[in-house]
Amino acid sequence: MEVGQMQRRLAEYTKSLFMEGILDAQFLQLQQLQDESNPDFVVEVVTLFFDDSEKLLNDIARALDQQCVDFKKIDAHVHQLKGSSSSVGAQRVKNACVAFRNFCEEQNAEGSLRCLQQVKQEYNLVKNKLETLFRLEQQIVAAGGSVPMIESSF
Amino acid sequence: MNPSIGKGSMSTASSSVAWKAADVVPEQFPAGLRVLVVDDDPTCLVILEKMLRTCLYEVTKCNRAEIALSLLRENKNGFDIVISDVHMPDMDGFKLLERIGLEMDLPVIMMSADDGKNVVMKGVTHGACDYLIKPVRIEALRNIWQHVVRKRKNEWKDVEQSGSVEDGDRQQKPSEDVDYSSSANEGNWKSSKKRKDEEEDAEERDDTSTLKKPRVVWSVELHQQFVAAVNQLGIDKAVPKKILELMNVPGLTRENVASHLQKYRLYLRRLSGVSQHQNGLNNSFMSPQEAPFGPMSSLGGLDLQTLGVSCQLPAQSLATLQAAGLGRSTTKSGIQMPLVDQRNIFSFENPKLRFGEGQQQHLSNSKPINLLHGIPTTMEPKQLATLHQSAQSLGSLNMQVNAHGGQSSSLLMQMAQPQSRGQILNESTGSHVPRHPSSIGQPIMSNGIAGGVIGRNGISDNGRGTGYNQVPPTSSMLSFPMNHTTELTVNSFPLGSTPGISSVASKGSFHEEVSSEMKGSTGFLASYDIFNDLHQHKTQDWELQNVGLHFDASQNANPIQGNLEVSPSVLVHQGYSSSQRNGQNRNASPLGRGMFSGLDGTEQRNTQNAGQHLNNNLLIDNSVRVKAERIPDASSQTTLFPEHFGQEDLMSALLKQQQGGIEPAETEFDFDGYSMDNIPV
Repeated sequence: MEVGQMQRRLAEYTKSLFMEGILDAQFLQLQQLQDESNPDFVVEVVTLFFDDSEKLLNDIARALDQQCVDFKKIDAHVHQLKGSSSSVGAQRVKNACVAFRNFCEEQNAEGSLRCLQQVKQEYNLVKNKLETLFRLEQQIVAAGGSVPMIESSF
Repeated sequence: MNPSIGKGSMSTASSSVAWKAADVVPEQFPAGLRVLVVDDDPTCLVILEKMLRTCLYEVTKCNRAEIALSLLRENKNGFDIVISDVHMPDMDGFKLLERIGLEMDLPVIMMSADDGKNVVMKGVTHGACDYLIKPVRIEALRNIWQHVVRKRKNEWKDVEQSGSVEDGDRQQKPSEDVDYSSSANEGNWKSSKKRKDEEEDAEERDDTSTLKKPRVVWSVELHQQFVAAVNQLGIDKAVPKKILELMNVPGLTRENVASHLQKYRLYLRRLSGVSQHQNGLNNSFMSPQEAPFGPMSSLGGLDLQTLGVSCQLPAQSLATLQAAGLGRSTTKSGIQMPLVDQRNIFSFENPKLRFGEGQQQHLSNSKPINLLHGIPTTMEPKQLATLHQSAQSLGSLNMQVNAHGGQSSSLLMQMAQPQSRGQILNESTGSHVPRHPSSIGQPIMSNGIAGGVIGRNGISDNGRGTGYNQVPPTSSMLSFPMNHTTELTVNSFPLGSTPGISSVASKGSFHEEVSSEMKGSTGFLASYDIFNDLHQHKTQDWELQNVGLHFDASQNANPIQGNLEVSPSVLVHQGYSSSQRNGQNRNASPLGRGMFSGLDGTEQRNTQNAGQHLNNNLLIDNSVRVKAERIPDASSQTTLFPEHFGQEDLMSALLKQQQGGIEPAETEFDFDGYSMDNIPV
């Protein structure tokens, strides 16, 4: 595939992520922060997000698994996950976190478990999508092309 | 302290200096603005850093509040503005906010994914200059420099105003200050600051003051000196000029003092106004480490210092306490008598109150409650004075108790327990006292001093027979502080721990007696006066206030036991501590709480608890947030302690107590529980 084609494919792909609500405008902000001095900024930040989120999700799962569930602690974790997901633009993950917090407030263990599943699902989805996106970018760069800036008007 | 650490000397010094002098923003500004970002979320931290760099700011990031604080302390003028997350595992963002405001006086922006109204309001009340909702967009960050400029501008105005240290100005200033506090009371310190600025603008400016003085960094020491001065003068009478004179710090201007006073008052107000659950706040408040206690000596050798040492109260808070206490003690010599009796009352019940006083006073009973010694920090000078006096009479009791202050609320608690005796004042106090002081001192001193101080109070409480019994275990604690006392004096109270403590101690005892005795309303009244002073100090000395509050609390606790008499004093203390408690209650043992609750002035409801709280608070929080202790028990005291609120509040509180509000104190001070929330009465 030639570079032009790859670039088009990347643009379409990225656009679809926004359309589906998997990513939001905050992701654009990240992309705009990337420049020559920091060419891998987005990848770095997103990787950080992945690592941190996985840890949080594990902590939450473990906490829910306890005999005596500490909802406050879980809520704190979810709050953090909400903050970081919103900072990278993972909109659906953030929304799932918001719902999750409601169940935590109600101290609803069953509802919380379901929410956790939901959050995990959304997280895995955005992770896959972003990894694909980065791969496409790498291919373009490897082929000698440059990654076009996403236009915010879509 | 060298106030010449002006921000002007920042790395981007040239720009800032130029800016300052001419009040004109240099062209490159805001580029080079030095920002410190604190957030435990690594993702957000990295993104923020990048965004700020893109805005051409100089960014330092850290993920722990403690690290941020040490960074700020090491580089006194190394930063222009701080951005902090609200929810952090190691320290509440608001607590950090308060600390920074107090110690470094930098503009702080809070941020969070939480956009609930309550949280945002919290940011406002704690003095944040802005609140950002996550995810933060770069546009929001581009304009943060405005906060730096605004703050500088206001300070500059202060400086100018102070330039003309003429009577005219002075007169104006005091009134302004007073106005400030009242306006601050309204809850918006910003607006009050604005008002002040406006007033200042209206005043003539001397040419000499046109130059913007370098930013004054209120180190713990300086703050303690300030608190001591304020306490000495009395909250109501503490005007910048006099404070300045008392502090006698070269290079410090009246404006510096005035603006700091303003903040302090706000802080106090907030402490009292904030519900107990604000404990956290208090803590951050004082963490002075080096407070030089000047006034301590005046306490007459109260072992406040020792208390301070033993108490874990942060040196600074202790110092403040001491300062406050000292200020008071010296002035209050008159009250001694009632104090003594009262002390007993307090000592038992208000481990907190005792803080400085209690120990001294009620320790006299027999227990060398050194606990209080250390705690004077919050004990407003007045209190300390009283404590001192009573302490002196009590003898070692109080002192020892104070010493324990550092110990931790537990000590206080213990102190409190002795109180259950009811008459602790002297008889039991002896035994109790040891307990109380420790407990008292602790909560109050948070730094440790509190434990000591409170301990004293606790002890006295015992005499009272009020509910303090809870503190039985404290006795062991008391002994603890004793050892520490030495330490306390040394550093825990930056406030001038020694003086503070002694004052505190004296105060404590004063309260105690008051409370327990209730009967001696007269005596009580006397103490009340002291408290008033304390009260005043309180507002000024945040730290002291805490202590004072504690003391009050303890006192309240005692009085609750049935001695309303104490209440006034107790209230006073509580008042102070109440404000402080709020933040501190959290941790403070219930004792502290009980005591403080009363103090809060607003809520004296449980003066007893307040007392306890005081202790608790003190101990728990290093910052001598005495106030937090809303001592639910201190019902009697509840009204009394509005120390934070200022004298008026205090007075009313005290009066209320006297009226009989105190009764529950005894029961409430059930120090055993030391549960901050409810002091089982």
